[in-house]
Amino acid sequence: MSLLMEPDYGTPPSKRTDQVTVDIDGVSITVPAETSILRASKLAGIAIPKLCATDRLKAFGSCRLCVVEIEGRNGTPSSCTTPVSEGMKVSTQSPRIDRVRQGVMELYMSDHPKECAVGDECEVHEMAARVGLKEVRYQGRTHLGIAKDESNPYFTFDSTECIVCNRCVRACDEVQGTFALTIENRGFEARVSSSGTSFIESECVSCGACVQACPTGALTEKTLLTIGAPTRSVITTCAYCGVGCSFKAEMRGDELVRMVPLKAGGANEGHSCVKGRFAWGYATHGDRITQPMVREAITDPWRKTTWEEAIGFAASSLKRIQDTHGVTSIGGITSSRCTNEEVYVVQKMIRAAFGNNNVDTCARVCHSPTGYGLSQTFGTSAGTQDFESVEHSDVILLIGANPTAAHPVFASRMKQAMRKGAQLIVVDPRVIEIVKTPHVSAAHHLQLLPGTNVAIINALAHVIAEEGYIDRDFVNARCDLESFAAWEVFIRLPINSPEALESVTRVPAEKVREAARLFASANNAAIYYGLGVTEHSQGSTMVMGIANLAMATGNIGRPGVGVNPLRGQNNVQGSCDMGSFPHELPGYRHISNPDTREIFEKIWGRTISAEPGLRIPNMFDSALNGDFKGIYIQGEDIAQSDPNISHVHAALRAMEMVIVQDLFLNETSKFAHVFLPGTSFLEKDGTFTNAERRINRVRPVMASKTGKSEWEVTCDLARAMGYEMGYANGAAIMDEIAATTPTFAGVSFSKLDEVGSLQWPCNEEQSDGTPVMHVDHFVRGLGRFMETPFVPTDEKASRKFPLLLTTGRILSQYNVGAQTRRTANVIWHSEDILDIHESDAQLRGIEDGSWVRLASRVGDTILKARITNEVPAGVVYTTFHFPESGANIITTDYSDWATNCPEYKVTAVEISPSLQGPGSLHLQHSDGDVQLESIVRMANQIAANVPADAAPEIAIAHHIGQFWTPDMRRRLLEDADRTKLSPLVLKAMELESTLTK
Amino acid sequence: MTYASWSKDEALLVLSQTRDKPGPVLISLQAIQSVFGFVPTPAVALIAEACNVSRAEVHGVLTFYSDLRTFLLPANHVRVCVAEACQAVGSRELVSGLKSQGVEFDKAFCFGNCALGPSATVNGKLQGRASVDSVVKAIQG
Repeated sequence: MSLLMEPDYGTPPSKRTDQVTVDIDGVSITVPAETSILRASKLAGIAIPKLCATDRLKAFGSCRLCVVEIEGRNGTPSSCTTPVSEGMKVSTQSPRIDRVRQGVMELYMSDHPKECAVGDECEVHEMAARVGLKEVRYQGRTHLGIAKDESNPYFTFDSTECIVCNRCVRACDEVQGTFALTIENRGFEARVSSSGTSFIESECVSCGACVQACPTGALTEKTLLTIGAPTRSVITTCAYCGVGCSFKAEMRGDELVRMVPLKAGGANEGHSCVKGRFAWGYATHGDRITQPMVREAITDPWRKTTWEEAIGFAASSLKRIQDTHGVTSIGGITSSRCTNEEVYVVQKMIRAAFGNNNVDTCARVCHSPTGYGLSQTFGTSAGTQDFESVEHSDVILLIGANPTAAHPVFASRMKQAMRKGAQLIVVDPRVIEIVKTPHVSAAHHLQLLPGTNVAIINALAHVIAEEGYIDRDFVNARCDLESFAAWEVFIRLPINSPEALESVTRVPAEKVREAARLFASANNAAIYYGLGVTEHSQGSTMVMGIANLAMATGNIGRPGVGVNPLRGQNNVQGSCDMGSFPHELPGYRHISNPDTREIFEKIWGRTISAEPGLRIPNMFDSALNGDFKGIYIQGEDIAQSDPNISHVHAALRAMEMVIVQDLFLNETSKFAHVFLPGTSFLEKDGTFTNAERRINRVRPVMASKTGKSEWEVTCDLARAMGYEMGYANGAAIMDEIAATTPTFAGVSFSKLDEVGSLQWPCNEEQSDGTPVMHVDHFVRGLGRFMETPFVPTDEKASRKFPLLLTTGRILSQYNVGAQTRRTANVIWHSEDILDIHESDAQLRGIEDGSWVRLASRVGDTILKARITNEVPAGVVYTTFHFPESGANIITTDYSDWATNCPEYKVTAVEISPSLQGPGSLHLQHSDGDVQLESIVRMANQIAANVPADAAPEIAIAHHIGQFWTPDMRRRLLEDADRTKLSPLVLKAMELESTLTK
Repeated sequence: MTYASWSKDEALLVLSQTRDKPGPVLISLQAIQSVFGFVPTPAVALIAEACNVSRAEVHGVLTFYSDLRTFLLPANHVRVCVAEACQAVGSRELVSGLKSQGVEFDKAFCFGNCALGPSATVNGKLQGRASVDSVVKAIQG
């Protein structure tokens, strides 16, 4: 294997479609109009020397090295800034050009170290050799004595090697959009600077774009200097967020030197963020557990053992539990951090070897409402666009997402679109960075109260319907008209007007009206949303409201529009696609469908249960009830990340066999009996599917540190349970996925290796994949409008808990922090902080930086406060990256009515000053029949949220039949206190379909 | 000349009048300097915020123009033109004369007053046909 060098064409491609033909050094080449001579030459196979030009950045014309001669024109123009024209004759070499280039290079070399730290990578030395520079006659002042800036943990800035070509400054401006670099002073004193401070004190977000752009050793990865030059590279996919950036993992032997973003990467086009680019050190961190461990009781110390013993112990325990407590007494959770292949194998093991459908995924707690909402309206659970689409948007509606922190590479693209004129509407309780950041600002920021999303989306749609903005042509041609008619009547009701909802949302009605008009009158309006939409009691309703809005305004089915969930984890999309939900087989096909089951039964050789299994929160309830005793947890730290941790801990304690498959010991493994070491993304061979449905290859760059692939371990466990399961390699798993799942029919490792990536559906009709979905018709045929009544959450601010807590993420840390806390990223964020508005702080005598006690009705914890106007009065905010802060001790087990996605984004809290910092965490345990309480609450919630059409009880019964396990349905019918159930639920319970489907 | 001492409120007031003008960064820097006599460090972030640019960009502009300063000038500020036209009519003699008198000054490159060189300014007031005497006299006021 060799080191991949992606060609640099010097300037970006021209977007013109008309072609011109030019003659360069006697070679005739036809290129799009407005292509630079530099680029056209490179395309013709002639590399003109250059320093300040690179094809990720606009031409700059400062280094004067790429000069050429053009027949009929005077002088030696720079080829990067001169576009080709029809019939142009260009010479890239002549004695005069040589003289100019040598003169330029002699000046550069007179103020450049003789040997650069990066050796061959220094383009200055390369160009000096290329232009035939023999000697440097100049002597005088140089910059060779300037001290290095080593403040950034990941790269150095050595001004002595800098040639002030501006590539770093332009990369920071044009690509990243942070504008953190500048040239300070002028003339001889002109140097690259991060606003006169060190890099770490500057506005730099450490995305690495400048390091990548630097043609010299001035900006260099520290690992390149400590480890040495890479000798080979492997193209793979980042394992952090749902953007799914493609990287070249550059290796020296078995050691990873650096991760370099791939220009050919469909998702990122050569850009990166601090996490993917630099924060990969956790993969080989000393905390990694690489040997299986077991223990009889969670109070015992761990004992290292062999794979055989660990698997045997786990399997015999699971079998014993099933023998005693029944087939459905065990289950498992798949991980959105793992590959499609690993996830597919886990759900297969549960359905085939465990013999039940008790499989769920961590997407339950993030994007399950996206699955439900988009399936109901469009017919499939996926974002409609590719990322590139945003470049064609005129208006972007961003709801409950903070892309500059959570999806930084996409945020950069969004900012690029905004700098070209796209207008932004932000719907968020907080003043997130993109509301106003250098050179871009939102046209509208609807700063709503947490928990009122549906009210806002209804108000926006109300204005659009009332003021005549509905795209009737689109609706008539593409949508189910009956559903539209009902929706239109509903949405035009006065209760949905911005004026009526102003007191609920706190957003002035006129602002809502202006935003609605801006959105509706755009040629191309796109909606992007994140967990601020889904993690609510009405998460699914909100997703449907978003879909309604897109359909009503005709913003579906072409570039620049669409409904786009920004997925939190690298493989949320994929883990959902792979059949991780208890009611669905791969490809979002309901478990009750005998035809679908038959496809899998034939290949798997086992009968699949037709009944939906337990969702994650149902598993906890069931465990506390004594019915659920064993769990296999693939790469998810539920004891930190799931809401109401006290409840989760109690549930885990109630189980007899907890198997954790992970890289590190974590909060969940404290309750585990078997620890199966997992593999990092650098050891995996498989695929991740990002938020734009793009299936990217994950390739191993080093051998598995555990000696096994994760899917092999799953297969071993299945075999030990008595079910024969095995594959030759990851590719064979994908072949089975393709054979069983129509949307993946055309996907294989060999095809991915050939084309780079594929966006599903990829099958006979769309053999190259599908960048934009629903172009001619919706997956379900006609788009379906759903009524979305606003039902306020039961989690309300009260006298005892008067503030609303909402949670989120910051740039440098990732989720529960298991990875990023084990990297130098802690330099930016080493603890979770509670953001509180000035007025709320004053009222409570809280000072900036002081300890505060944060309490909700389920628990309390201690955090450091930051006084800020980024949150409005009445709202507080924190992150959940550190286990010590225990943010999820506070969050409740309230959840989305349709999917049980937790309501992380709204918790009523009170805050008081605390004299001391965090001690041990206080967990409160609830008594009583927790499962029954949940069942009653869930049933009433469903009743409150189904559309109020002719027979809501049928919809309720259908929903319960579709998503609840038989046992939960039985308990509703037999055990629930009927006085606590709403009349609609009671009516639904009389229907046959509540009992069976 | 007397300047206001640093006040964030005062700075915000100044910026409220410059922020919406075209090319607001340079205008804001000049306005801040005219009020405070120089551009105090905290002003950089305020200008960046007001003009919706980065602090780095403000820093770039601030350090590019030699007329923009990050420190308060001495009580008397002398600048002598040392560009070609003035050199041709005696600015070198003026420079050495001032040095021998112990007068501190900054070099400047052209005040646009070439026909009347050598040129100098004392506290911003331009002198044509400047001499050591005329400069010293202006300083002594």
